[in-house]
Amino acid sequence: MKIIHKETLADIQNTKITRVDITCPHVVRKVEPGQFIVVMVSEEGERIPLTVVDKDIGKGTITLIFQEVGLTTKLLGKLKIGDSLYALAGPLGHPTEIKKYGNVILVGGGVGIAEIYPVAKALNEAGNHIDTVLGARTKSLLILEDGLKEVSNRVFVATDDGSYGQKGFTTDILKKLLIERRYDLIYAVGPIPMMKSVSLVSKQSGITTAVSLNSLMVDATGMCGCCRVTVGGKTKFACVDGPEFDAHLVDWEELERRNNIYIEKEKHICNLHKL
Amino acid sequence: MIREPMTVKELEASVRINNFDEVVLGYTEEEAVKEASRCLQCRNPDCISGCPVGIDIKKFIYQITQKDYKGAYFTIKEKNNFPSICGRVCPAEYQCRKTCLLTKKGEPFASPKAINIHFLERFIGDYGMKHCSHTSHATPNHSDKSEATGQVQHTFKGKKVAVIGSGPAGLCCAGELARRGIGVVIFESLHKPGGVLRYGIPPFRIPRNILDFEIDYLRKLGVEIVPNFVVGKVKNLSELFSQGFSAVFLGLGAGIPSFLGIKGENLCNVYSANEFLTRVNLMGAYKFPEFHTPINVGKNIIVIGGGNTAMDAARVALRLQKINGIAPNTTVLYRRTENEMPARRLEIEHAKEEGINFQFLVKPQEFIGDEKGYVKKIRSLRCKLGEPDSSGRRRPIAIEGSNFEIDTDIVVIAIGLKANQLLTKVTPQLKTDKYGDVIVDSETMETSIKAVFAGGDIVGGEGTVIEAMGMAKKAVQGILKYLLI
Repeated sequence: MKIIHKETLADIQNTKITRVDITCPHVVRKVEPGQFIVVMVSEEGERIPLTVVDKDIGKGTITLIFQEVGLTTKLLGKLKIGDSLYALAGPLGHPTEIKKYGNVILVGGGVGIAEIYPVAKALNEAGNHIDTVLGARTKSLLILEDGLKEVSNRVFVATDDGSYGQKGFTTDILKKLLIERRYDLIYAVGPIPMMKSVSLVSKQSGITTAVSLNSLMVDATGMCGCCRVTVGGKTKFACVDGPEFDAHLVDWEELERRNNIYIEKEKHICNLHKL
Repeated sequence: MIREPMTVKELEASVRINNFDEVVLGYTEEEAVKEASRCLQCRNPDCISGCPVGIDIKKFIYQITQKDYKGAYFTIKEKNNFPSICGRVCPAEYQCRKTCLLTKKGEPFASPKAINIHFLERFIGDYGMKHCSHTSHATPNHSDKSEATGQVQHTFKGKKVAVIGSGPAGLCCAGELARRGIGVVIFESLHKPGGVLRYGIPPFRIPRNILDFEIDYLRKLGVEIVPNFVVGKVKNLSELFSQGFSAVFLGLGAGIPSFLGIKGENLCNVYSANEFLTRVNLMGAYKFPEFHTPINVGKNIIVIGGGNTAMDAARVALRLQKINGIAPNTTVLYRRTENEMPARRLEIEHAKEEGINFQFLVKPQEFIGDEKGYVKKIRSLRCKLGEPDSSGRRRPIAIEGSNFEIDTDIVVIAIGLKANQLLTKVTPQLKTDKYGDVIVDSETMETSIKAVFAGGDIVGGEGTVIEAMGMAKKAVQGILKYLLI
């Protein structure tokens, strides 16, 4: 559980995205695209889920990429090479179903781009045609573009401010692509408003759309129900039933509300830590 | 002869609701001896049959009267590795105390006059922690020892058993195997061992130093504990066997929270008891922001359910209100009456003393939220009691048209738990029943997979700590027999 590599991928406008590579041989052996792990930075810390972005079987390391938004991710970002985490458990959740679908669109927004990377890589290896759509607020916040170019047939970029790629949102590009050709799967990870918009757009064209949900979790093994989401009118636990679900069936408003219930406490504790 | 039971000292309710300190302070030596001397030392005692692990209660109580505390400690330890824990959480009024001669036959639970066996066990357990070196008596009693130690340890030399889960069943199984010289590795998915003893039961019932001590005792016996290890995800059962384990014990527990399945259950601030208690007990949310895991506290906290978990959740909720400067107002809603509550009587008494409100014969129908999606009200029906159901308790029957609403801002649902399925779902050869519980041979506790044994809540559904330990001990016999073949 030792950090052997650390890199700042983006750091502007109070937005910091960090990459760490951590040794954990028993996770590396089993982890598949789409799965996540739970980490604790210290004994007093929270348990937070993070998607495994990449693995290096030879080195026995996994790669995590996270935006420093809450106390735990900020503390994680403060760790240095050589530091160890207090706890790391996983892999957790169901892996993505990797097979030949045909034409696939992957949509990644913000730090969610990191989460589509392992899926893009695996779907590429499975012989799919991959069009990747990336969204970021501004050019310098765009991550993993080169890596995704390597595993995609085409990569499109949208930035909110037009500083790179097309000005606008990922859904603007998505709409164009959907007119252009027939797709068999859409896979999207990003902020809830983005996933919700992607879902609305793709629903009209009736294409199967999978999303990986970032619900709050505690144990992440099915024991607390903190992560429950309503999917197709039924309660599901994102940790053990997910984290991927059919985007068209997710109750997005409920998820958004439930994800914000500790927002004031989070601000308070970050202030106390001067972070 | 002393007739009246010795009352046990407790923290004043007005004091204890300000903190998570242990409520029951336990007997002093003098009190323990006096209480022990009330025991009639029946020629054919029934109390022992009331104990799921068969502690020689008559003998250890006699040893207390003789002030032979060390002897009493060994007597208990022969059957129970965790007297300090069981003495604190056993529902003795349904078990040994209920079968005590001083309880009248046919009573639903023990008479107050019955010997306070659990308090005596706790006194001895705590005495042992202070005064008895833990590994010197790690083997069964002396007569067993002469024949057992050398020979048995030799027989089992080099054998390793994997124990999955570090709750009551897993800990008990690990201890029993280790003291016979078998190598034991416990795999725990959370970051700290103890299972429900740590995430479920609050520190005011089991102080964490006691739990740590009892678990540390296993380490002294040579048990290795591997935290953060999710069997079923990191390794499956066949991988454990190929890694050199001769047998596996599944103490997976019943950790999946049940929900009511009514409208509005996913509104913000509706918690399962497991989440509420895990945040506080395991993650330390009551010490937020020193500990980083948050929990929301409201002005009108409602806990739904009537078991020990509901009592724990309510008492935790009330303390959180007090600690956060909110006027305590926590209410338990239960669909039957106090008599049918499955909670320990002591927990119900403690909850009442602390100022928890109870509303009986209430069946929630719907949670109603505000425009932001936060729970604000519970709509319920009143009930009356009907005929007894399969549990022997009178069934609640909702009264048509008796709708009423209660204001609330935090709801904790404590209506029961189901089997943990993380491992069973990925192990198709492992046969389970319709509840997801693992099916075992009732004699050996062996599952449908050879050399895989199981015990605790994953077998029987929700039970008590000592029942889980009873099953684990049975499984140990099955494992020993298997290892000898």
